[in-house]
Amino acid sequence: MVNQSNKVLNSNITNLVNQPYQYGFSTTIEKDIIEKGLNEKTIRLISKKKQETEFLLQFRLKAYKKWKQMSEPGWAYLKFPEIDYQDIIYYSAPKSQKKLTDLSEVDPELLNTFEKLGISLTEQKRLANVAIDIVFDSVSIATTFQEELNKYGVIFSSISEAIKEYPDLIKKYLGSVVPIGDNYFSALNSAVFTDGSFCYIPKDTICPLDISTYFRINDQKSGQFERTLIIAEENSQVNYLEGCTAPQYDTNQLHAAIVELVALKNANIKYSTVQNWYSGNQYGKGGVYNFVTKRGVCAGINSKISWTQVETGSAITWKYPSCLLIGDNSQGEFYSVALTNNYQQADTGTKMIHIGRNTRSRIISKGISAGKSKNSYRGFVNVLNKAVGARNYSQCDSLLIGELSNANTFPYISVQNSTTKIEHEASTSKIGEEQIFYFLQRGICVEKAIELMISGFCKEIFTELPLEFAAEADKLLTLKLEGSVG
Amino acid sequence: MILNSPLLEIKNLQVSINDNEVLNNLNLTINKGEIHAIMGPNGSGKSTFSKVLAGHPSYAVLNGDILFKGSSILDLDPEERSHLGIFLAFQYPIEIPGVSNEDFLRIAYNAKQKFYNRPEVDPIEFLMIINEKLKLVSMSPLFLNRNVNEGFSGGEKKRNEILQMILLDSELSILDETDSGLDIDALRVISNGINNFMNPDKAIILITHYQRLLDYINPTYVHVMQNGKIVKTGSAELAQELEDKGYEWL
Repeated sequence: MVNQSNKVLNSNITNLVNQPYQYGFSTTIEKDIIEKGLNEKTIRLISKKKQETEFLLQFRLKAYKKWKQMSEPGWAYLKFPEIDYQDIIYYSAPKSQKKLTDLSEVDPELLNTFEKLGISLTEQKRLANVAIDIVFDSVSIATTFQEELNKYGVIFSSISEAIKEYPDLIKKYLGSVVPIGDNYFSALNSAVFTDGSFCYIPKDTICPLDISTYFRINDQKSGQFERTLIIAEENSQVNYLEGCTAPQYDTNQLHAAIVELVALKNANIKYSTVQNWYSGNQYGKGGVYNFVTKRGVCAGINSKISWTQVETGSAITWKYPSCLLIGDNSQGEFYSVALTNNYQQADTGTKMIHIGRNTRSRIISKGISAGKSKNSYRGFVNVLNKAVGARNYSQCDSLLIGELSNANTFPYISVQNSTTKIEHEASTSKIGEEQIFYFLQRGICVEKAIELMISGFCKEIFTELPLEFAAEADKLLTLKLEGSVG
Repeated sequence: MILNSPLLEIKNLQVSINDNEVLNNLNLTINKGEIHAIMGPNGSGKSTFSKVLAGHPSYAVLNGDILFKGSSILDLDPEERSHLGIFLAFQYPIEIPGVSNEDFLRIAYNAKQKFYNRPEVDPIEFLMIINEKLKLVSMSPLFLNRNVNEGFSGGEKKRNEILQMILLDSELSILDETDSGLDIDALRVISNGINNFMNPDKAIILITHYQRLLDYINPTYVHVMQNGKIVKTGSAELAQELEDKGYEWL
């Protein structure tokens, strides 16, 4: 007799983790596409299509020049075939794109798509307290609640619209947090970004609604390069959420985004992501390559930026939402759950750069690896010499499911100030056969057992998510890991 | 017929793990109202036996049968056996990080309620139920907020096992070295809990190395297990004899 136990347990877990991806459909729609490939002409064409000013065109061309001189970073614990940047379509938009003031003008096929994704754009069924900007392939197709927000002075629009309507803000802040040449992917994005969201919260304003962007890659050959810019003026506050899905294709799609956050004096930005790009099939075929640069600057005193991410999708994730803590007493937070399964690879974490006095940062990272996946936490806590009284607390926990998954932690710490206090904790645990048997013996089924252990493991992160999205995240992990549990 | 049949009947049981035979030609019959102590040297198959009864997937039953309340349970999953009334108090209770004892106990309780089509209880109702049970094993309600067995002392873990046994109200309880690692006071508390729990409708299997547990709990039979089978059966006095002479003389 062979060892039955591993077989039974592993097949149970395999069934649980291999839930079909329910967002894998694609939409057939008339598209305005430019030829694949990347060169100066492509960039001029994108800029022209978007009727941009000379400032933006120069911004793009400068970025393109930088990008050509750079090479893909090789330090991440990721393995993937070389990306052919000339085989990607850099602009793909649903046709007859015009400024939509009325949602009834949106192509019904698109409305349908988002209904299927559980995001209703129609007036009656909208989420009552969340404003959404929808980005489909290369362009923003609709933004809800704009007028309502305007009454409070809050600007929420696609970044294309903002580039036209608020050139001064764009000039001042675009590329101010993530410089053009920050890294290979930020340079690429700066050259070819096509859309994204823009949000401006004026002084002394608490944004009355949660703001969110939903990204959808639809086209098989196109990459998605979006940019988000959020500016929170003095004494303002905003909650932001980002969600994303993509159809199921055998080929890989490239997604290289930039998110820039600016928090001025006493401002508070909470940015949450539920990332569920298609992750490839169980043999590792297909899936999105997700290379994202997210960074926030706590520019003013007492400002605060908090990143929360639930990363469940993508074949490759390369992502380090970071905080530059410049203002005295400013705070940065990073809360993360990263779940990988099958052949997924994630290298994700954060950077906390302490520059101002009494700056504080907190990092809680939870990695769950199942199947043959690789899941790495990579973090950098850097305390500079002026950061008197800086404090950091980091906690990195890994949870392994099955025998073949892989978890790593790469914490880097650099301290140039003797008044600094840094704490780092790390743990690795495993959902083992004996734990499951303990549940079973008490009459609790496998699905419930894993659900309980996973949600216990992620508890600290889920409490950080806005209420509406905590349920979504829980549902997502349930789908990915917990099978038939209702 | 069912009414008169024994609670547990084990017939010619042969079990292996990774091609190694661990139980062989094991026979045992347990009636309601009986307490059976199983003693034996290390590695004789006592813990294996308890896990096989509970349906641990590592073990393959090659031959023989296990009848519980007259029906074979060999094809039943561990959770079904649990629902039917088989409880295993683990020798080394497992730590479950991130899951509170309260949630764990309530979900286990409700799983059984559901199995029998009885209404599940909400957390508030459950607190009233569990608070009564906590008293029976002298446990503080603070226990409920801690994660299952995480950071529990050896004694606390064992108490938690007995608490679960009482909560799930099992008919056949297998206590695998529940007495090991306990100080005298804890042993007394746990023994009291077990004695109060026992009634003519239930049966208990006590797996132990020491006579001292049997000073508190009076067994109907004492069995000696060696090399995966029962080699001797006697009354409570047999335990005393083993304590004096060891296993060599058998």
